[in-house]
Amino acid sequence: MPDAIRLALAIAGKDIRAELRSRTALQSALVFAALVLVVFNFARDPTSLAAVDLAPSVLWVTFALAAMVALNRAFTVERENSAMDALLLAPVPREALFAGKLLANLAFVGTVELVTLPLFVLFFNVSLGHALPGLIGITVLATIGFVAVGTIFSAMAVRTRFAELMLPVLLLPFMVPPLIAAVQVTSRLLANRPLSEMWGWLRLLALYDVVFVTLCMMAFTAVVDE
Amino acid sequence: MTDFSLAAKVVKRGLVISTLGLIGLAGVFVLALGFTPVEARQGLAQKIFYLHVPAAWSALLAFSLVGITSCLYLWLKDPRLDRFAAASAEVGVVFAAVMLTTGPIWAKPIWGTWWTWDARLTLTLFVFFLFLGYLALRAAVHDAAERARFSAVVGILGMLLVPFVHLSVYLFRTLHPQPIVLKPSAPSLPTSMLTTLLVSTLVFTLLYLGFVTTRYGLTLAEEVREDARNAD
Repeated sequence: MPDAIRLALAIAGKDIRAELRSRTALQSALVFAALVLVVFNFARDPTSLAAVDLAPSVLWVTFALAAMVALNRAFTVERENSAMDALLLAPVPREALFAGKLLANLAFVGTVELVTLPLFVLFFNVSLGHALPGLIGITVLATIGFVAVGTIFSAMAVRTRFAELMLPVLLLPFMVPPLIAAVQVTSRLLANRPLSEMWGWLRLLALYDVVFVTLCMMAFTAVVDE
Repeated sequence: MTDFSLAAKVVKRGLVISTLGLIGLAGVFVLALGFTPVEARQGLAQKIFYLHVPAAWSALLAFSLVGITSCLYLWLKDPRLDRFAAASAEVGVVFAAVMLTTGPIWAKPIWGTWWTWDARLTLTLFVFFLFLGYLALRAAVHDAAERARFSAVVGILGMLLVPFVHLSVYLFRTLHPQPIVLKPSAPSLPTSMLTTLLVSTLVFTLLYLGFVTTRYGLTLAEEVREDARNAD
């Protein structure tokens, strides 16, 4: 299988290089994430609700919205000059093609999350400290699952009318389990709760990742091949 | 022409079954209002049970069949499976809407609130949204083969999403126990109530079959017309 991995990395590398050269999508996604955080700050009554109580939900809704913006990009870039046809003509197994796209999306969404996190700490006055490694872990775990589903849906959405609207409509129901789990774990991490209280959620997330990454990889050929 | 007459025949059959179902529905109203006793604690509000539960059953049936036919479609590539999945999803959304409207009507007098984030309510709401998305996707893809493949993938992913949503809302609720027990525990039903419920479930299954058959026939007719137009 090293051949498939090499191909997947080549496709991911192509996407990341292209994005690094233009940076348009990344910049807009970052600005968007920052704006969402700022808007959320005004959506609460500071006298009745402490910022830290709302913080986990705000963080994850911001991540989810930013991921949606980022995922829309994944296949719209392939639409220009019919680049998708060229990708499909290349002797690449569809599983490797999906894995490459998934890796590129993960890098993209991960970057947005990485930049959002300090802004979140800044705006919401959260002291992360010892919770940081756990928070990064849960972010990785939750992001893999919904980005996998988002990757296959963005490949579909790009072929529809109203592509920008279709992706959120399809993807949001699938974001519910990882988001609920991530919010629950994050609030426990911030409150310094023991690991045993998060165990159920972590297992749910891990199972979600395994099931949906595998399934999306298998189903991808049905989406791109006629 | 033969294709079109086939479609017309299917539609006619669907309409006959639907009519039978609607007559049955009138019968269910009579049974529920005249034949069953008024529930001691819930009063007349309980009568909605005879519509709510069968509607939930039909929605569940519809969505399960969408999942199964989606799997089969990717395997066999038979357009009939896709047409059936589309019809079933559409009818399922209607039954789910019936379930989601009758539920709060009952919940307001009994629970004191229209809506609560109980596991079962949340789950059905998300499944409802999922299938609205499924129908939106179908409407937004022009090419028939592509539409069939895309919606089959969404159907399969959706079927697997249901246990995850269920598990997460279940975990969510058990970790934050509600102060009141939301699920009304139903003692063993009197025979008249049980009979009415079973009759109603049968009637709703009949309505499901009638609606799906009609919808299937209409889609067939649309396809025949589309083909004829393209052939010109």
